[in-house]
Amino acid sequence: MTDNAFGLIYTGEANLQLRELTYSRSVAAVPFAGRYRCIDFILSNLVNTGISNVGVITQKNYHSLMDHLGSGKEWDLHRKRDGLFILPPFVTRDNTGIYNGTVDAIRSVLGYVRRSSQRYVLLTGSHTIYNTTYSDMLAQHIKTCADITILYNDVTAFDRDDQYDDLRLMLDEKGRVYDLQIDPYRPMTPSQSCDLYIMEKTLLEYLVEEAASHALTDFVRDVLVKNVSTLKLYGYRYDGYVARMNSLSSYFKHNMAVLDRGVRSDLFNPQHPIYTKVKDEAPATYGPDAHVANSLVADGCIVEGSIENCVLFRGVHIGVGSILKDCILMQASDVRENCSLEHVILDKGVTVRAGRRLAGYESFPVIIRKGSTI
Amino acid sequence: MKKRMIAMLLAGGQGSRLGVLTNRTAKPAVPFGAKYRIIDFPLSNCVNSDIDTVGVLTQYEPLELNGYLGNGSAWDLDRNTGGVYVLPPYVKGSRGEWYSGTANAIFQNLAFIERYCPDYVLVLSGDHIYKMDYAAMLRHHIERQADATIAVLEVPLEEAHRFGIMETDDGGIVTDFIEKPRQPKSNKASMGIYIFTTAVLRRYLIEDDADESSAHDFGKNVIPKMLGDGMRLSAYAFRGYWKDVGTVKSLWEANMDLIGDKAQLDLNDREWRIYSRSPVMPAHYIGPSASARCSIVSEGCEIDGTVENSVLFTGVRVGHGAFVKDSVLMPGTRIGPNAIVKKAILGEEAMVGAGAVLGDAKCADDLPYDTSLTGDITLVASGTSIAPLARVPAGMIVNNDFTGEEDAENDG
Repeated sequence: MTDNAFGLIYTGEANLQLRELTYSRSVAAVPFAGRYRCIDFILSNLVNTGISNVGVITQKNYHSLMDHLGSGKEWDLHRKRDGLFILPPFVTRDNTGIYNGTVDAIRSVLGYVRRSSQRYVLLTGSHTIYNTTYSDMLAQHIKTCADITILYNDVTAFDRDDQYDDLRLMLDEKGRVYDLQIDPYRPMTPSQSCDLYIMEKTLLEYLVEEAASHALTDFVRDVLVKNVSTLKLYGYRYDGYVARMNSLSSYFKHNMAVLDRGVRSDLFNPQHPIYTKVKDEAPATYGPDAHVANSLVADGCIVEGSIENCVLFRGVHIGVGSILKDCILMQASDVRENCSLEHVILDKGVTVRAGRRLAGYESFPVIIRKGSTI
Repeated sequence: MKKRMIAMLLAGGQGSRLGVLTNRTAKPAVPFGAKYRIIDFPLSNCVNSDIDTVGVLTQYEPLELNGYLGNGSAWDLDRNTGGVYVLPPYVKGSRGEWYSGTANAIFQNLAFIERYCPDYVLVLSGDHIYKMDYAAMLRHHIERQADATIAVLEVPLEEAHRFGIMETDDGGIVTDFIEKPRQPKSNKASMGIYIFTTAVLRRYLIEDDADESSAHDFGKNVIPKMLGDGMRLSAYAFRGYWKDVGTVKSLWEANMDLIGDKAQLDLNDREWRIYSRSPVMPAHYIGPSASARCSIVSEGCEIDGTVENSVLFTGVRVGHGAFVKDSVLMPGTRIGPNAIVKKAILGEEAMVGAGAVLGDAKCADDLPYDTSLTGDITLVASGTSIAPLARVPAGMIVNNDFTGEEDAENDG
């Protein structure tokens, strides 16, 4: 059954409040949990489901994403039949080169959709992180004869600042969606969409062409929400950990959550490995004066100072006498001697000179742009 | 398609002096340095020296090695022409035979070499840890107009009897070569790395095969024969870290050489990366009450205890209150809560029960185990488990699940 589905990942999510993190990259390429990029989770989920045809729609700032995905080799998606297709915007007679929302983006890649031989499409965004396979969901989709099945999870906390395309599903006892709310002021239900939809690809083609002909642009707002009464929509609940990369504070929160053993075993279930680009870094080195507590450390790090509640990406250096608490340090950041950092996010390749002090707060972490020197 | 130089990597050694570590795997596939296997070093040297065709000669327990090499993509050796090839012995016509020596192994694969018409052939061992630019060695070979070039390392004179020892003239041309001499006259030791001009190699391998008195070994037969015939053999001096990891002690030492202030081999060298097959695991985690000092740790580890001066491979677990010192924990090793592990090498997926003590010097005298292979290093075979609270004396080789009951009897 799963060999009868293909994946279509939309990576152009705008309006996310990720600030400096997305200045030079799309959210799909935002680094997460020490050695991953957001898109690794969705891609690995698709691959672990047995799907071998995946299209990735890119929008703006996609260099970093292209570099990460390469030929798709790391996800076993460099294939003669199907494999990984990167679908950047292009200019033609009826294409402007810039996608004006998801409908426009999908419409531009309908050629790829038509050429895909599979019957079902798994349409998804790239900023939601979780680890599962979609086989059971697809089975339910077929069994219920749904038009569209939406993956959701039940969320307890609600933070208006964190709201981004917050799609809520009102479900009846059979799991059918009878109403949808987008960015509700007061959510009526804990069931929040994980931004993944299963449908037949012919339905997707029809919905997108139909919406485009009415000058509609957004698949969720203009197609799903408006057609909730005419389409047969079902929900499929996912009970594991779900991280939505909506804002800087949610980015910080979810990275820190990975320090929790339960979350880690959920996101890194050895039965469903998460694949990512291999960097061939040396193993991490701990110096004689290293102090490490409750931290996640990737290969290639050299820790000579003291870290607590930190996430260290590949190739980070912490100098002697430096003390770091509650920090996220992306690839190749270099913190020299005797620094003090608290609630700080260092983007890739940031250098912090000896003796510098930086502190943010849990709800307002300091973020330092890629390549800066402090 | 013609290649300038191809490499032939001798990976058939059984590695019997590594004891239980090579029970089910060839020596070059033995894990080393937290995320590598021994063969990653010569393979990465090849790639970093722009050699894109490598024949790997195997005959002992090749399954794990074959699986590890795969199509060679981890080393960028998945090439349209060339790449990495596993070359086991095979039946030729009505007759087939095992590789009877290093020279014989290459002889049996002359057809493979001829496919690439290389000008030069590099012969390597699969059990050495070092970083070396074979392209520089080739330049040396060409400049000296040598028929063969041997990489040479100066070793302490008292250890010279373990190596092929040569004497050279002022120009670095070899004048004398004796394999494992009783009374070495120099400290210039062969590293087992040779570059041959292909035509010369071919001629000598064919001659060597016809010689029934020969042991078909490069050091014992081929090199002395070439020297006797007046061929031009050049010595290429190598300075830098080089370690033969053929014994339990040297394997342990070479791992320890990677850590601490006096780390002798830089694995973080961006210009000379050591490539390996990546295991697909998350970054490692160090718990709130854990400690990691003077150690190297790889991905997938979960550490809740104390780790000092140790090498931890992928997916190792160290439980709460456990203490690991001066040890090498190979992939997937589990150390139970409050266990103590001192100066030990634990094979893949070995399990140490809660509160067990490994490498306990106190009870070493009580039990007359054969420690000739290990000295005071405790060795635990892959997949074996040590029962909770068991005490394993220093220097013991644990080949089967260890309950510690024999131990209790002796105490009584």
